[in-house]
Amino acid sequence: MIKDVSALLAAHPVFAGMASDRLDFVAGCGWNVQFLAGEAIFRFGEHADRFFMLRSGTVSIEIRPPTGPTHRIETLGAGEVLGWSWLYPPYTWQFDARAMTDVRATAFDGTCLRDKCEQDPSLGYELMKRFARVVTARLQATRLQLLDVYGTPG
Amino acid sequence: MLPRPYRVLARRVDTRDTVTLELAPVRDRQAHRLAAPHGRSRPGQFNMLYAFGVGEVPISVSGDAADRGRLVHTIRSVGAVSEALCRLRPGDELGVRGPFGTAWPVAEAEGQDVVIVAGGIGLAPLRPALYHLLAQRERYGHVSLLYGARRPEEMLYVDELKRWRSRLDLDVLVTVDKATENWRGAVGFVTTLVRRAEMAAGSAVAMVCGPELMMRYAAAELLGRGMAAERVHVSLERNMKCGLGLCGHCQLGPSFVCRDGPVFSFASVRDLLQTPEV
Repeated sequence: MIKDVSALLAAHPVFAGMASDRLDFVAGCGWNVQFLAGEAIFRFGEHADRFFMLRSGTVSIEIRPPTGPTHRIETLGAGEVLGWSWLYPPYTWQFDARAMTDVRATAFDGTCLRDKCEQDPSLGYELMKRFARVVTARLQATRLQLLDVYGTPG
Repeated sequence: MLPRPYRVLARRVDTRDTVTLELAPVRDRQAHRLAAPHGRSRPGQFNMLYAFGVGEVPISVSGDAADRGRLVHTIRSVGAVSEALCRLRPGDELGVRGPFGTAWPVAEAEGQDVVIVAGGIGLAPLRPALYHLLAQRERYGHVSLLYGARRPEEMLYVDELKRWRSRLDLDVLVTVDKATENWRGAVGFVTTLVRRAEMAAGSAVAMVCGPELMMRYAAAELLGRGMAAERVHVSLERNMKCGLGLCGHCQLGPSFVCRDGPVFSFASVRDLLQTPEV
């Protein structure tokens, strides 16, 4: 099972180029999951104890206002990482995530990974660098989305 | 260079502020013959469209360059002249000068993967390139169209997008910045689609058109995928007046956008795009 997850990790852009012993180490915290279209993957306010590496399908990141329709903020697809609230206190999800189509993913136990990173700071630093790239790219895309660059000039 | 008289054959409303006009030359009333036929445009070129009594603006050709019988322009109402053009109805006349400028590198892209990245009305100048690629499909590798719009109802050519999506030899990825409740597609800025596009980055050719900020960040994503800046092409918009590189209104550093553009390699304009007030 660990070897299966290691192979999936090695092919994933976020983990590409990582040493195989480290991949095995990370893979030890992972398992494969599936979600049906429409199924909630996590909800705002719940304990964030994991993240997902998406292998197929589409996931919607949403926010539910007290009244009115749900706002879909972003969609993620194969090759992308879902969730980083497991990395930082208070370890609670800040948005909802829902499968828009059937989704196959690999889930990783955040508590297990955090413990391994505490034991091996070098692994922790490498993982943080890799996740920082994901977070930065996502932040930049969100800023551009907020800019409304297609708006009417003037 | 005088404008030639053209008549609106058809008018289609694309979005709340954008229309597509089909035009044909009008008969010369004195000589009782058709006005001189319009020069054949290449994908990416533009014409100066003249709303009589209001003014003239540069508008990219958005129809099939191979169709010599009619000119097609997609116009967004953003000022007095474009608003007057958008108000034209079938039978109305306008003036046309052109075609002007450089074209998308469709010949240079033969044998390679092609990635088209369009934002908002930027799909209009890219549509002729896509028509060309699809008409000569066997000459190209993998072809992807990545299209971003502000909202679902502000997407251009929706029926065509649906037809293109149904083709097995073309990848069409569409995203919107703001989703409505019944939108089932992707949400996010168009640059997020670049990493999902299938291409051999070392040899692929990219054609990018949209707001300048969008082009800058889309080009950065393409370069991040391993593309060379020389293989990324962008279409710029400046205050084009004469169309001939004489008046200087559209000067961009050492270039005139009307004559040396609007299509440039990203390598040749990258620094200028980051220079304020150029």
